[in-house]
Amino acid sequence: MSNTDIIIHDEKDNVGVVVVEKITPDLDCNCWIMENDKSVSIQSKDEIPLGHKIAMIDLNEGDTILKYGHDIGKVVKNIKKGEHVHVHNVKTKKW
Amino acid sequence: MEIPKSFLGYKRENGRAGTRNHVIILPVDDISNACAEAVANNIKGTIALPHSYGRLQFGADLELHFRTMIGTGKNPNVAAVIVVGIEPKWTKRIVDAIAATGKPVEGFSIEGVGDIDTIAKVSKKAQELSMWASEKQREECPMSDLWISVKCGESDTTSGLASNPTVGNLMDKLEPLGVHLCFGETSELTGAETVCEKRGKTPEAQAKFKKTWNDYNDFILKEATDDLSESQPTAGNIAGGLTTIEEKAFGNFQKIGGCQFIDVLEPAEEPTKGAGLYFMDTSSAAAECVTLQAAGGFNIHLFPTGQGNIIGNPIEPVIKLTANPLTAKNMSEHIDVDVSKILSREMNLSQAGDELIKSTIRVANGRLTCAEALGHKEFVMTKLYRSA
Repeated sequence: MSNTDIIIHDEKDNVGVVVVEKITPDLDCNCWIMENDKSVSIQSKDEIPLGHKIAMIDLNEGDTILKYGHDIGKVVKNIKKGEHVHVHNVKTKKW
Repeated sequence: MEIPKSFLGYKRENGRAGTRNHVIILPVDDISNACAEAVANNIKGTIALPHSYGRLQFGADLELHFRTMIGTGKNPNVAAVIVVGIEPKWTKRIVDAIAATGKPVEGFSIEGVGDIDTIAKVSKKAQELSMWASEKQREECPMSDLWISVKCGESDTTSGLASNPTVGNLMDKLEPLGVHLCFGETSELTGAETVCEKRGKTPEAQAKFKKTWNDYNDFILKEATDDLSESQPTAGNIAGGLTTIEEKAFGNFQKIGGCQFIDVLEPAEEPTKGAGLYFMDTSSAAAECVTLQAAGGFNIHLFPTGQGNIIGNPIEPVIKLTANPLTAKNMSEHIDVDVSKILSREMNLSQAGDELIKSTIRVANGRLTCAEALGHKEFVMTKLYRSA
């Protein structure tokens, strides 16, 4: 089995979680989708540390972030595929 | 793995079993802490449970104070109890309720006597109870004598990916053996509240959950000056990659595996509907939550952490697990079970669940948790509103 860099909970998810100490820009990353045991790959655009999320597709302001197959918040600043997804570009829909 | 059928516990007078054999000195109120702590200093084999409240509380807040005090004394991890309060009336109320379990319990009050003479009297009784409890032996107990509570803390995305699902896997495997299970953290289900509600086994349980969460949310909307973004997720959560409360909630929710909850408990309420999973209305602050669950009668706790929460409890052993390889390495003295190999896919969830079951039984049999060895005894009362 090749090394897994990113784990995705659900096939519907548009973000994955970095599970190595960090990924660097322009790296070809191996992703594993837990739900269906499939593998996909993605090229990173940012440096992203362990536990932080990467965009699996281009995302526009107002889009919904899906993780665990569920709505976990909204995009507040456009995000390109392979970029870091966190508090600088995603906010809660609560409160 | 074949699931073990029994563990070695302390059988109590009321039919419950403990994983520990504590003799506790329980102050009714903040001003009785000094006396309780002096006695615990004098008499080996006893522990004092100091806390900050117990004066001029009223209504539901006072009821919760009593429920927490009484439930802590009744917990089967406690062999015997001495209650010390400033005045006799509230002290007696707590003593009488604990006495219903059949365990030795005695109350003392300080007013009109003073600390020094009270400490002398309480110390004599404490010595007797400590020596009595020291002769108790562990006996074989069925797994159904385990009452397991769960709560996660300093979560990050590894919690939702691996350590929380490991707890869920344990629940799925132990629920059929008649174990009592409990999860809480009303606030940290925000975002997953409708999905969680559907896990109620009956329409009544679902409706009760919905009301509990709505009451909490109404309170937040009323009291919050801005929003909860400064506290939920916490700075630690954000450092670990969690972006929103919704993301945290769906990770949190992984702890119950595929189980359905049979009832919703008030904070510190003892379950009465038999074995199975319960939801308890608690804060998500670790020490408050575990204190309430211990007062509900739970005798062993599982605590998944991402960035490294270090909490312990004086009477309920807290087993910590993490899937974050950096936390497992940098904070190893706090981590009882390392499941970080799930992330590198060298371990699957079922194997991790089996490892956690093995550790749970070792701790139930008497092995100290990291938190116990390090002296963590966080006993924190939940306060519902200001005192009179």
